[in-house]
Amino acid sequence: MSELIKADDVEFIKKEMVRYEDKYSAIIPSLYKIQARHGWVSEDSVEELSKVMEIPSADILEVRNFYTMFNQKPVGKLHIQVCTNVSCAMNGGRELTDHICKKYNVKKGEVSSDGTVTVNQVECLGSCDTAPMMQINDKYWENLTNESAVEIIEKLRS
Amino acid sequence: MEVKLLTEHYDDKSFQGIEGYKAKGGYEVLKKAFKMKPQEIIDEVKASGLRGRGGAGFPTGMKWGFLPKNDETRYLLCNADEGEPGTFKDRKMMERAPHQLIEGMIISSFAINSPKSYIYIRGEYNESTAILRKAIDEAYAAGMLGKNIMGSGFDHDLDLYVGAGAYICGEETGMISSLEGKKGQPKLKPPFPAVQGYLSKPTIVNNVETLAAVKYIIRDGAEAYKKHGTEKSCGTKLFSVSGNVQKPCTVEVPLGYSLMDLIELCGGLKPGRKLKAVIPGGSSAPVLTAEECVDAKMDYEDLAAKGSMLGSGAVIIIDDSNCMVDLLNVIMHFYHHESCGQCTPCREGTGWLEKMVKRIVTGEGRLDDIDLVLKVANQMKGRTICALSDAAALPAISFVEKFKKEFEYFVREGKSMVTSKGAPAHA
Ligand SMILES: Cc1cc2nc3c(=O)[nH]c(=O)nc-3n(C[C@H](O)[C@H](O)[C@H](O)COP(=O)(O)O)c2cc1C
Ligand code: SF4
Ligand code: FES
Repeated sequence: MSELIKADDVEFIKKEMVRYEDKYSAIIPSLYKIQARHGWVSEDSVEELSKVMEIPSADILEVRNFYTMFNQKPVGKLHIQVCTNVSCAMNGGRELTDHICKKYNVKKGEVSSDGTVTVNQVECLGSCDTAPMMQINDKYWENLTNESAVEIIEKLRS
Repeated sequence: MEVKLLTEHYDDKSFQGIEGYKAKGGYEVLKKAFKMKPQEIIDEVKASGLRGRGGAGFPTGMKWGFLPKNDETRYLLCNADEGEPGTFKDRKMMERAPHQLIEGMIISSFAINSPKSYIYIRGEYNESTAILRKAIDEAYAAGMLGKNIMGSGFDHDLDLYVGAGAYICGEETGMISSLEGKKGQPKLKPPFPAVQGYLSKPTIVNNVETLAAVKYIIRDGAEAYKKHGTEKSCGTKLFSVSGNVQKPCTVEVPLGYSLMDLIELCGGLKPGRKLKAVIPGGSSAPVLTAEECVDAKMDYEDLAAKGSMLGSGAVIIIDDSNCMVDLLNVIMHFYHHESCGQCTPCREGTGWLEKMVKRIVTGEGRLDDIDLVLKVANQMKGRTICALSDAAALPAISFVEKFKKEFEYFVREGKSMVTSKGAPAHA
């Protein structure tokens, strides 16, 4: 029936809907599933999810908008999130963000022209002992310097 | 001296899996707990003096005692949202000793007679999540979870729920809203979760470290556990130490440990640097000046007496190379970003604080901004649904009051008294 939510994903969503005491608890895991497929969660996917789950789309949209990990617009192949909270700021996290943005010629939150990177600055990621650090997609990269960070990004980009 | 209860086997990689865990006595304490009556476990936890390690420091046994004395289904929620800036001790535990948390949760669930528990983990913790999922599967396969655990007749299911990036979901009622599939907005208390929590059922929310500590209280007994720490702050505590120390790390020491010794345990300051300030309990905790640090003890009472708090045990060490105006700007940005917006004093107040501090740090500050920060912050305290508003106000007040000269200098000269770089990056 749907184009944005694939059959396997519908199966996953249906399972999640009975996994918890209330089917609403399946909204967050389902949004993750959609994001894993498309890289972000569009309003159209929310509409489709609403049909699959039989939950008003307004309730789902509210959840998507509340949580910062759900991307409300497309991101680059590498979603680079640099921590700039206190311990990372004290250890060069902000300068690192600037360095990466400059290197790839992007503004924070935007996708680079070749579609490979998006750079964002984020709050404490619970890895302050390895400051400065960044998260790229699912993975943490720690104890960075401007140079080592670019080296890591270059490897992942190719 | 470090005292390693929770962290004893952190360096042993095999402790992550159930075989290695069992080889070190894993799940033996659960066996012991099943020979006790649930009420005896609660009494032991009460007698141990254990206080919540998530930030508020509420006595754990007393919280459990608030559950209604009937057979209504109750839930245990483990708070693994760990969002307080500076805190990373829970992540370390979930990655190095996942079964220790699971065992602590089963013992606690047995004590409060809960058939179902959740670990609510923050969305960014992918590695911890993968390790925990594997550990939960192992525990089911070994008969430590599921029906009739170890032949005790006790049934328990444990599931993991992954959050999606919102500091406010670390607040216990925000967490409950989130688990219910809604925006993670805190709810008015009372009713407290122990009476009306997840899906309106009685619910106990405890931090990762708190639940793991329960295992050691039952293993060694309350008396032995209380030998660590001070009279009122009992047991050991995990501290996440970061900032300007040479070896930032998690350390476990008895409560009441000297702050200066803690800094030394983490390699001390960089050569040639002087201590300027310490945030002793996560970014919500009022900052201490170097003078206040000299005789500071890391326990609930001593830090409260100094006008600060132990919080989550996130100790951020600040040396004399830092500009306090700049750091407050970072902190204010965080709270404004994370306010859930339900309460006017918090939503508007965090916005104003960020705006005014940012104005100062970009050299646009006016002299009355400094007093205005204090005025706004004071109006944000104690008037909201949850404690985030206070958590934003307290650092603002303490930074400005204790380092007023730096704020005044910045306003007057349009640049930092400390750093030569002018306005810091990302002001
Ligand atoms: C804004 C805010 C954020 C919080 N974040 C966390 C957190 O990340 N982890 C945590 O364990 N407790 C956090 N707490 C405290 C919880 O509300 C709650 O007191 C705690 O989970 C209870 O467990 P404990 O008694 O074992 O500490 C937070 C509180 C507030 C007000
Ligand atoms: S105090 Fe702030 S974060 Fe807490 S409920 Fe009110 S608006 Fe939300
Ligand atoms: S401040 Fe950057 S990970 Fe905590």
